[in-house]
Amino acid sequence: MPHLSTYVGLADHSEKTLAESFRAVADGHAQAADVFHTCHMLAQWSENHREGLKPIVERYGEDADVDEPERLHADGLAEVRPGEIGLLRDLQDLHVLADLVQTTWTVVLQGAQGLRDHELLDVAISANAETSRQLSWLNTRMKAAAPQALIVDPKE
Amino acid sequence: MPDRIADIWGERTPHAKGTVWPARVDLHLDEGVEEQDVDRWVQSACLLCSNGCGCDIAVKDGRMVGVRGRGTDVVNHGRMGPKGLYGSTPWASSPDRLTRPLVHEGGRLVETDWQTAMGRIVDESKRLLDENGPLTHGFYTSGQMFIEEYYTLAVIGKAGLGTPHMDGNTRLCTATSAAAFKESFGADGQPGSYTDIEHCDAIFLYGHNMAETQTVLWMRILDRTRGEDPPKVVCVDPRRTPVAEEAERTGGVHLAPRVGTNLALMNGLTRELFHNGWTADVWVAEHTIGVDDLRKVVEPYTPEKVAEICGVEPHDLRRAAAIFGQSKSVLSTVLQGFYQSHQATAASVAVHNLHLLRGLIGRPGSGVLQMNGQPTAQNNRECGADGDLPGFRNWNNQKHVQELADLWNVDPLTIPHWAPPTNAMQIFNYAEKGSIELLWISATNPAVSMPESSHIRKILSGDQCFVVVQDLFLTETAQLADVVLPAAGWGEKTGTFTNVNRTVHLSDKAVDPPGEAKSDLDIFLMYSEAMGFTDRDGAPLPTWSTPEEAFDAWRAATAGRPVDYTGLSYDKLRGPTGIPWPVNEEAPEGTDRLYTDPVFPTDTDQCETYGHDLLTGGTVTEQEHRAMAPNGRAFLKGAPYTPAHELPSDDYPLLYTTGRTVYQFHTRTKTGRSSSLHEAAPDAWVELSEQDADNLGIREGDVVSVESPRGAIEVRARVGNVMPGAVFAPFHYGSWDLEDVAPDQQHRLANELTMTVWDPVSKQPCFKTAACRVTKVRAGDGPAPAPTTAASAPARKGSVPETAGGEPTTSEVLTETPDYPNDPAAGTAHPAPTGTIAGRS
Repeated sequence: MPHLSTYVGLADHSEKTLAESFRAVADGHAQAADVFHTCHMLAQWSENHREGLKPIVERYGEDADVDEPERLHADGLAEVRPGEIGLLRDLQDLHVLADLVQTTWTVVLQGAQGLRDHELLDVAISANAETSRQLSWLNTRMKAAAPQALIVDPKE
Repeated sequence: MPDRIADIWGERTPHAKGTVWPARVDLHLDEGVEEQDVDRWVQSACLLCSNGCGCDIAVKDGRMVGVRGRGTDVVNHGRMGPKGLYGSTPWASSPDRLTRPLVHEGGRLVETDWQTAMGRIVDESKRLLDENGPLTHGFYTSGQMFIEEYYTLAVIGKAGLGTPHMDGNTRLCTATSAAAFKESFGADGQPGSYTDIEHCDAIFLYGHNMAETQTVLWMRILDRTRGEDPPKVVCVDPRRTPVAEEAERTGGVHLAPRVGTNLALMNGLTRELFHNGWTADVWVAEHTIGVDDLRKVVEPYTPEKVAEICGVEPHDLRRAAAIFGQSKSVLSTVLQGFYQSHQATAASVAVHNLHLLRGLIGRPGSGVLQMNGQPTAQNNRECGADGDLPGFRNWNNQKHVQELADLWNVDPLTIPHWAPPTNAMQIFNYAEKGSIELLWISATNPAVSMPESSHIRKILSGDQCFVVVQDLFLTETAQLADVVLPAAGWGEKTGTFTNVNRTVHLSDKAVDPPGEAKSDLDIFLMYSEAMGFTDRDGAPLPTWSTPEEAFDAWRAATAGRPVDYTGLSYDKLRGPTGIPWPVNEEAPEGTDRLYTDPVFPTDTDQCETYGHDLLTGGTVTEQEHRAMAPNGRAFLKGAPYTPAHELPSDDYPLLYTTGRTVYQFHTRTKTGRSSSLHEAAPDAWVELSEQDADNLGIREGDVVSVESPRGAIEVRARVGNVMPGAVFAPFHYGSWDLEDVAPDQQHRLANELTMTVWDPVSKQPCFKTAACRVTKVRAGDGPAPAPTTAASAPARKGSVPETAGGEPTTSEVLTETPDYPNDPAAGTAHPAPTGTIAGRS
C-alpha cells in the first residue's frame, strides 16, 4: 500500500506544519489575546492528531519518497506579518494549511474504509472533525477582523 | 430602627413551600427627615444590584432624600438591601457632581458650554466619517442606562453611523449569561422566575455569592430555608460564603473547586446524572438535541478525576449530584464565579444541560436564573447597544436585519452585520491601534473596571483616540477624556429597565439634575441632530424626542420576537408592580416563566444565533444549523475541561481571584458617596487562608504586596475563609477618593493584576484566573478594612471588631400580603408571621 503510507506521511507532516504555524501566529500576534490563546490550543489539537497517528505510522510506515503527492507539501508560516492586515493574511494562510490537512484526512479516511481499518478510521474521523473546527474558528476570526483591517487599518 | 450595615438581610419572614413570600416594607430617609415630611414619592426601582427591587423615591424640597420598598411589587415584596437603602440617593447631591461640560485644553480639563463641547465631538465625528467612514467610531456604554437610551443609541450607532463597534460594560458582567442562553435555547431570555424560590426542593448556586451580590433575593431564599419544608442549598464557591454556610445548614453541600476548574466539576455532575439514571430520557428525546455527544464528552469525568482537577472530594460531588438528580424541582442560579472564570460559557451551558437532562424547566420551582450585575444590564442585551442586534435578532440572518432596516427605514447594508458586533476588549484594542479614533464612553469607568487596567488607562490617555466620557462624576476614566459631558442619573430622568427575571419597571423623574447636566437620552439625541442623521426618506433618525416615544419605538421593535414588550406602556407600568415580559395579547399581564410548553426559540429562522463551538468560539453556519433541524428543541452542548490560561508557578504560586463586597457597587461611584456604605468597607484588602497566611508569616491587618506578571497592589490582609492556595481581592477600589486615604494605601486597584483574556464564546474577560505571589511589606496596626458580616469575615470569629454603624432604617412586616399577579402561589398567602416565628431565624 505505497500510496496509503504516502498519505499517512502527508497527514503527519502537514499536521506538524500546521501546529508550528499556529504557534508562530500565536506568538507573533500575542497582543491579540484571543488569537494567542486559541492558536496555541489549536496547535495542540494538531499535535494530538499526530499522536493518534503514531501507531498507524508504525504499522504502515510513513513514505515520503513517492514523487507525486510530495508536491503537495506546503510550507508553514515561519514568521508573521505586522498589523491588522498582517493578522488577516496570516489567518488566511493558516486556513489554506488547515484545508490541506482536512483534504488529506478525507483521503486517508477513504483508504481506511477500503481497508476496513477501524483504528485508522477512528483517528481519521476524529482528526477530520477537529480540523473542521480549526477551519471554522479561522473563518470566524477572519470575518470579524476583515472590515477593520481592509478599511481603517492605520498605516504602520 | 435596624442598622442594615450590621444586619444585612433584616428580619426573617419564614414561610412554607408553595406559599406566597410575605411582604416587608423597608425604608430609609436622610437624617432629620420623617415620613410625614416627604413632599412626594416617585415610582422607580433600585439599580444597585441585578435584583431590580420596586421602590419609591422620597422627594423633599426638590431633593431625593430616601427610598422605600414597594410592598406591592412582585420582585421584592417591599424589601430593600443595604446598597439600595443607603446608596440610592446620597450621590445625587454630592458636591462633586459634574454640572457643566468639560473640554481638554492645554493639558487639563476646563469648563465650557454644551455648544462648544458637542461642537468638538461633532467636528471630530464628521471629519472621521469623511476620511475613513463609520468604523472609526466606537461606543462603550454601561449597564446603567435605561431601555430608551440603549435603544436610541443602538439606532444612532447601527442605522445613523453604521458602526459595529458598540458594547457595554455588560460585557464584563452579563455577557456569559446571554451567550449561555443563546447556545442552549436559541435566544437570550431568562427561563426561570424568582417565584421558583417558593416552589423548589433544592437550590444550586454556581459561583454566585447571592448573600452579598443580591441581598434581597437571598432574603427570599432565607425565608424558605428557615421556614417549613425548606429546600437544600448547594453552593459552588472557592470561598466559605454565607451561601456555603447555608448549604451546610440545610443538609446540602459546599463544593469549593480550585479557581478555573468549574467546567471539570460540571462535567462530573453531568456524568453522575447519566450513570445513575437520573435523566428524563423520553423528555430529553422529545425536547433536546445532542445528548449522545454530551454523554461522550462528560464520560471521562469520574468523581475521582474531578477530585484530581478541582480538589473536590468525590463523596461531595456524588452528594451534590444526588441532590440534583433526585429532587423533584431544582432552581439554579449562576453568577460571576462562572462568568468571569475560565471556560465561562461552557460551564454556564452545563447548568442548562443538567436541567434539560432532567426535564426541570418551565415549571414552578424548576428554573434557571443566569444572573446579571444590575437590572439595566439586561436592557443592553435586549436593545442592542452591546454585541447584539435589537430584539434578540440574529446578525447572521438576513431577514432579521431586513426587519430592522424596515423599522428604521434604512438600507440593510447600513446596519453592520458581517460579523458579530465588536466586543469591548476588541474595541479597546482598535482604540489602542488607532483604527477606532473616536471612543464614546457612557456611564462606566473602564479605567478601573477592565482587566489589566493600567493598559486601559494608557489607551485612553494617548493621542491616537479622541475620547468622550459622559458620566455623573469626574471618574478615573473621565479624567482622561477629551470631552466630558455631565449626565443626569437615576431619579433625575425617566425611563424603563428590566431585571433578571424579565420584570420591567418604570423609573420616573423625581428631581432635576444639577446644573447643566442632561439625561443620556437627550445627549444622544443632541448628537444625532447635530450630525444630521436621516433615514432613506430624509426624515430625522431617530424620529423620537421623549422617553415615552422612545419606549413606544422599542415596543414596536420587539413585535414577533421572544422579547415581546408590545403589551406594555408607561401607563401600564405606573401600576402597583413591575411586569415581566413577554407582555402581549396572549399574556396581557406578563409572563412568570418561559418554556412552559416546552418549545425553545431554536428554529433556524427564529433563533438569535446559530451557535458556537464552545472551546474555540468558531461560529456554526446557517446551513449546519438547518441541517441539525432543531425546530424548537433545546441544545445539549458540552466541552472538555482545559486548564486556565495562567496557572500557578514557582514565581507566582497562588491563584488570584477578584469579586465584590456587599457594601459596594461597581467602582463605588454611588456607594462610595454614602457614608454608611463607605465606612463599612472603606478601602481595599486581600483575603488569604489561615494556612497560606501562616506559611507567609502574615497576620490580620499586615500590609502585603500582591503581584502578578502584570502588576502589583499593596493592601491589608484579611486572614479569612478563602480556600488554601487562593487569594481574593475586591475589585471596587480605584483612585477617585485617594485624597481620603493614607498615601501608603494608594496601590489598591485589583484589576492591575488580572489578565487580558476572554471567553471564546461570550467574550467576557476572565477576572478570576490569574496567578500571583504575596509578600509581607510591614506589620499592620489594626485589622484589614474588610467587613466581618459576610464572606470576608475573619477565619477566627470575633478576632476583629464587627462591622456596623449604618444609619437607622425602618422595616415593617405587612399584616396582609398583597396579591401578586403571575405568582403561581397566589391565594396561598398566610397571615403575616408573628414575632415568635420570625425569632426562629
